[in-house]
Amino acid sequence: MQWETVIGLEIHTQLTTNSKIFSGASTRFGAEPNTQACLVDLGFPGVLPVLNEAVVRKAILFGTAVEAEIARRSVFARKNYFYPDLPKGYQISQYELPIVGPCHVDILLENGETKRIGVTRAHLEEDAGKSLHEDFHGYTGIDLNRAGTPLLEIVSEPDMRSAKEAVAYAKKIHQIVTYLGICDGNMQEGSFRMDANVSVCPRGEEKFGTRTELKNLNSFRFLEKAVNFEVERQIDVLESGGEVIQETRLYDPSKDETRSMRTKEEANDYRYFPDPDLLPLVIEESFIEETVKSMPELPEARRSRFEQEYGLSAYDADVLTATRQQADYYEIVVQEAGDAKLAANWMMVELFGALNRASLHLEESPIAAEALGGLVKRIADSTISGKIAKSVFEEMWESGKGADEIIEAKGLRQITDSGAIEAIVDEVLAENAAQVENYRNADPKKQPKMLGFFVGQVMKKSQGKANPKQVNELLRAKLSG
Amino acid sequence: MTLERDDVEKIAHLARIAVEPEELDVLQRELGGILHLVEQMEKLDTDGITPMAHPLDMPQRLRPDVVTEENHREEYQAVAPLVENGLYLVPRVIE
Amino acid sequence: MDELHRKSIAELSAGLAEKAFSSVELTRHFLARIRDLDSGLNSVITVAEKEALLQAGAADERIQKGEAGPLTGIPLLHKDIFCTKGVRTSCGSFMLDNFISPYDATVVERLAAAGMVMLGKTNMDEFAMGSSNETSHYGPVKNPWDTERVPGGSSGGSAAAVAARLAPAATGTDTGGSIRQPAALCGITGLKPTYGRVSRYGMIAFASSLDQAGPMARSADDCAWLLSAMAGFDERDSTSVERPVDDYPGALEQPVKGLRIGVVKEFFETGLDKDVAASMEQAMEELKRFGAELVEVSLPHSEYSVAAYYVVAPAECSSNLARFDGVRFGHRCEDPKDLEDLYKRSRAEGFGAEVKRRIMIGTYALSAGYYDAYYLKAQQVRQIIAQDFRDAFAQADVLLGPASPDVAFRLGEKASDPVSMYLSDIYTIAVNLAGLPALSMPAPRVKGLPVGLQLIGNYFDEGRLLGVAHQLQKATDWHLQTPEAFS
Repeated sequence: MQWETVIGLEIHTQLTTNSKIFSGASTRFGAEPNTQACLVDLGFPGVLPVLNEAVVRKAILFGTAVEAEIARRSVFARKNYFYPDLPKGYQISQYELPIVGPCHVDILLENGETKRIGVTRAHLEEDAGKSLHEDFHGYTGIDLNRAGTPLLEIVSEPDMRSAKEAVAYAKKIHQIVTYLGICDGNMQEGSFRMDANVSVCPRGEEKFGTRTELKNLNSFRFLEKAVNFEVERQIDVLESGGEVIQETRLYDPSKDETRSMRTKEEANDYRYFPDPDLLPLVIEESFIEETVKSMPELPEARRSRFEQEYGLSAYDADVLTATRQQADYYEIVVQEAGDAKLAANWMMVELFGALNRASLHLEESPIAAEALGGLVKRIADSTISGKIAKSVFEEMWESGKGADEIIEAKGLRQITDSGAIEAIVDEVLAENAAQVENYRNADPKKQPKMLGFFVGQVMKKSQGKANPKQVNELLRAKLSG
Repeated sequence: MTLERDDVEKIAHLARIAVEPEELDVLQRELGGILHLVEQMEKLDTDGITPMAHPLDMPQRLRPDVVTEENHREEYQAVAPLVENGLYLVPRVIE
Repeated sequence: MDELHRKSIAELSAGLAEKAFSSVELTRHFLARIRDLDSGLNSVITVAEKEALLQAGAADERIQKGEAGPLTGIPLLHKDIFCTKGVRTSCGSFMLDNFISPYDATVVERLAAAGMVMLGKTNMDEFAMGSSNETSHYGPVKNPWDTERVPGGSSGGSAAAVAARLAPAATGTDTGGSIRQPAALCGITGLKPTYGRVSRYGMIAFASSLDQAGPMARSADDCAWLLSAMAGFDERDSTSVERPVDDYPGALEQPVKGLRIGVVKEFFETGLDKDVAASMEQAMEELKRFGAELVEVSLPHSEYSVAAYYVVAPAECSSNLARFDGVRFGHRCEDPKDLEDLYKRSRAEGFGAEVKRRIMIGTYALSAGYYDAYYLKAQQVRQIIAQDFRDAFAQADVLLGPASPDVAFRLGEKASDPVSMYLSDIYTIAVNLAGLPALSMPAPRVKGLPVGLQLIGNYFDEGRLLGVAHQLQKATDWHLQTPEAFS
């Protein structure tokens, strides 16, 4: 039988704020356990939540970026369940009336086609704490620093049909939230976590199969592997005559498999009701207008601007705007260097190559954008040749020094004085009289190829510093004379 | 709606309250009595009435995004039944 | 010195200002009364003697320096539902028997800032769930007028303590009548302000959309002073209202003449004790004498208020009390075998029977399949009840009725029947559902026992309620009567 995979994603994006969604405790990552959990986060008797304005603004930015309706009135509800990382015994989350309504995003498929993925909603909620299962003589330790960290949960329609599509969609959402600066996108720290709802059904069947929920996938690679494993598992179950059970499953990257999470199996009766401690969130038009004034340029807009303003190819513009950091980096390089195309080439070929070899992210690059711009500028103004530039780049990478400093210290400045170049050219011609003779007698069609020999000799004599263009011109003139 | 013993057990579990088997009958009767009182509401036609979640017709106030809290872990954990190395301890949770 | 407990707050304030006595002397006087007289009442759970004397000393210094306000140096008791830093805050429950709060409730903070001296914490129904003070882990409170009878609840300790003059004033909270009903049964004056007028921060939540803190004292005059210090916007409670606080003491002398007082028809129908009705008549005659215009008004759906309340309040409580799980504070069972066992036994041992019943009713009302029939329906009924009040306030400035259908009942009389207990709040509950302010003040006693006259105001009309009560109290001595053993 031919099976069809159906995938929907719930993405939890941690919003970048100073303080928590309902309290004045810090959201900084990596603090000592429970040192950033205040009375409100700990759910002490008598405390009350007060909503953080920045959280609302960030949700509005997301909603506006994806052209969704921003609810003028949204409501916080309580989702009731007992778990040690949930101090109050309920999570405050938007349920019936979320702040961001339905919308969609387009993803690019491998075959070059575009596919539209529906986004059901995006709502604000508080994060839970963390359970630490290391051995505390049979106990689990609870750290509530993360409790109350603001989340925007973005829920998709079950519109994806393969793990690859799911990854493309997740990357798209990641790109949008990081461009907006509402989420740092740091997956290792859990700032961007995905849950995948996966089911399979016979191809052509309209009714979806029973789904399972894969929890807390914190990398695109794990998302792809977990979905693929789960699809195989479900098909195996069905083909061997079994039934898929609706359940929550955890992906174990070390074993590359998913397994049932029994503890969360609990009949899920969350008893949602409007939180009486929080009045309805009413958003005025003026509040939205004020918020979107600070809306950064979005990936699509930036890509087409790169094509028009910098004359880049569609491919180059796409690569350079893949993340906001790359696009920001590129624009600094261009500003320093003045030559947009040269800047694009140097970033995509030399810089990305070097980063790749060293397994580094752009943020970790030993060469800052200004420094790379300084190097490209020296190629553009003919101070050094492209070839010399590569060695300067290497030294910059190693030493952290600026291009100009290296060029001066090593005397790498290109020789552009035509008198000096002519002297070298004359020397070379005099030393290679036989080759000169050959050249002059040769078929003119073969002459360009033979010119290379003389160019090489001149460059060698000038230690690579002679301007190649001038060398070529002079040689051609002299040899034809 | 009548409340069965099973319902009482289910509710007690959802509410995480241990109930001894011998308490079930009493609870079933008491809770049933309360529900009977509550069900007087059925006599009132509420079609088309907007539910009132809150006495105040007022929007949510917003707080500026400023860190105002400092670390008071020792103080807050002084009332905790069981802590170690700054962590609250619960019987091992198996995920 | 012997008469200090017979003085009003204004008189005590004047005495302190004139240095007729010091705050430390005043504090010692009331601490001694608590020590000597409370054993038969059980109205105070925790006496904070050391803290009280320190605060009184500080108040005396403020008075010396001329930095005192009208409440500086006046002692009071806090209902044990308010978090008090460094002092046990039990909420009447074994669950919090060992809970020393690390912070002060806003109400506690504000009254302390005004210079008031906290004598201790009063007994109450467990988590404020009850109408007789019999659900307290610390045992029932006795009514000072007849120690065989209940003081009402849930603020029964506060009401009994003020009635027995163990403190000039106390704080209370009112979710369905918990200030007004015990005030009525003990013969004192108690005000439940408009929802949102007083901050709920630090007040252990029972039902968040109904809970409101208020003053309990001998007279409307005393309550006006207390409310002035308690009320006001609090940035830590987003349901508190950003609106200036009225001058309550200044509102006391507003004339009653020409005021339209709406007598709530339904509150005088079936269920009201005949003698209580007669007491109400006397009070109404007084008001007429002052030139008030008495008009009949109707709250046609008030009979549904108890039903709606016993969905809304338990639903909210089932969620509010989920935080008591034996992990971060409060009671934890011995040797839990797993997480489930930790939760279930800690909660079963920590909570009393009434609290468990309400948690379970609320859990049921919110659970899948029942939400619409119970919770949503109750919210709709709530809307209809609020509309009844809007209609009534189109015809009257203040509404009037009894605070309780009868005088104080006997200890144990209703304890075994939750539903009959719930019905003793029949006249107070609708006010909470609508979020309106209301007070109870002593009317003529019947059978030797206190009766409460309830006045209900429009939103934020506390000043007018206190004014009407004050005018009545100026002309009568109902509020000055004290049980003999405590006079």
